[in-house]
Amino acid sequence: METSLELKEVQKLEGHTDRVWSLDWNPATGHDGIPLVFASCSGDKTVRIWEQNLSTNLFSCKATLEETHTRTVRSCAWSPTGKLLATASFDATTAIWENVGGDFECVSTLEGHENEVKSVSWNAAGTLLATCSRDKSVWIWEVQPGNEFECVSVLQGHTQDVKMVRWHPTEDILFSCSYDNNIKVWADEGDSDDWQCVQTLGEPNNGHTSTVWALSFNPSGDKMVTCSDDLTLKVWGTESIGMQSGGGFAPWRHLCTLTGYHERTIFSVHWSRGGIFASGAADDAIRLFVDDNSESQVDGPLYKLLLKKDKAHDMDINYVQWSPGEKPLLASASDDGTIKVWDLVS
Amino acid sequence: MVTGLINANPIIYEKKQRQQRSTQSLQGDEYTVEPIDHLEVFDILFANFHFCFAFTFIGYRDIKDPEHPYSLEELKVITEEAVEVNDQNSYVRVTFTPTVEHCSMATIIGLCLRVKLLRSLPSRYKVDIRVAPGSHATEAAVNKQLNDKERVAAALENPNLVDMVDECLAPSYE
Repeated sequence: METSLELKEVQKLEGHTDRVWSLDWNPATGHDGIPLVFASCSGDKTVRIWEQNLSTNLFSCKATLEETHTRTVRSCAWSPTGKLLATASFDATTAIWENVGGDFECVSTLEGHENEVKSVSWNAAGTLLATCSRDKSVWIWEVQPGNEFECVSVLQGHTQDVKMVRWHPTEDILFSCSYDNNIKVWADEGDSDDWQCVQTLGEPNNGHTSTVWALSFNPSGDKMVTCSDDLTLKVWGTESIGMQSGGGFAPWRHLCTLTGYHERTIFSVHWSRGGIFASGAADDAIRLFVDDNSESQVDGPLYKLLLKKDKAHDMDINYVQWSPGEKPLLASASDDGTIKVWDLVS
Repeated sequence: MVTGLINANPIIYEKKQRQQRSTQSLQGDEYTVEPIDHLEVFDILFANFHFCFAFTFIGYRDIKDPEHPYSLEELKVITEEAVEVNDQNSYVRVTFTPTVEHCSMATIIGLCLRVKLLRSLPSRYKVDIRVAPGSHATEAAVNKQLNDKERVAAALENPNLVDMVDECLAPSYE
């Protein structure tokens, strides 16, 4: 029975001196004997690097990246190879860090946003970076040789601050979600950095009725889950991934809405490669959802609650993310200043 | 910042008479945890606020004349009934009424209320702050902004804004 599953707290990590906003597992770790590593970022203006000890399985802080950002570090993202770490800050900059023999050096600073940068994301190939800000814009940066980053497009379209940007897991299609309640899909329809908004998922498309805080894709990239201040999670699907050979775009459509599971704003959602998505919210709770195969799927796929973990933290949960590796761990970041690592056990 | 008076002639209401709250536990057991009730939160917010606080909120920021000792309570920006507390669920909701429909200070009032509660209540508390229904021209927008924690966090990293909030709240700690 699935009801026997339990989210077991493996470790509580302390070190940040203010709320932890976000974290990111290094995708190049957790396999082939390479210990798991993740980065976390906080209102204390620092980024911390945590590494698992292969004999004890416990995590410890290996590095603290400080004295570069002058305000809250809102989010962080490893490049696909795990060599570079991008950090987005309320100080209006995005910093790029390189791991040089265990020491992290700030090798580039991306400036251009007018105010708080809220999210940063690498595309699958590691050739493009996207950032978004309270200035309502989304910027696309091209990675050049020698740790140079050139802005190739500034995307205007959202009418309020943009909370998160995420590249599609396989295609160069960008997704953004905003305080304006919308999710926007951006694609390069021509061949010369002509980035356009190709779809807006909003209230008229069964979309969210308040701030959309986060989005995440399923492993195959044909489904996406979003979470919102409207206390719902929504699953979206597309018939065909990416741009068609003829240049057409296969639109995304609403598949289902999960409501009644969280009592306060849902800040984070993340889909594991095993098909389980986790959500973390301001009600201090974590919820796990899976495909519900038991129902006849007349109206498309449905999802059911797999597990609920109340009081997972003492305060709001800002971020949840599954680790890479054979048996993924879940990490959660909270206003209580701690990060917890969880194991899904039966 | 506000230069002129947003509301030059605010209506002043009488202060409501409140019963003196007992400071002693009925059982006299010092280990009994007394739940936080709405009056306590009301007191946290307003009991010691003096004119400077009220003036700041209604746009009288530059007036330091102590001859107008109006509190937010007397201006009915906030009333006892507008503070809802559920101690068991660690929940507080404060509903305030800006003195004029277009009061541009509404978000500042809300920010001050949030900071005051943040500093005074146990961290387990969840706080919602909103303007009273029908009391503000852009009610939904004000409410959304006041309850977006990322915007609040960013605002509280703005030194000018923090100075203003601290100035507003200073009398309340006396």
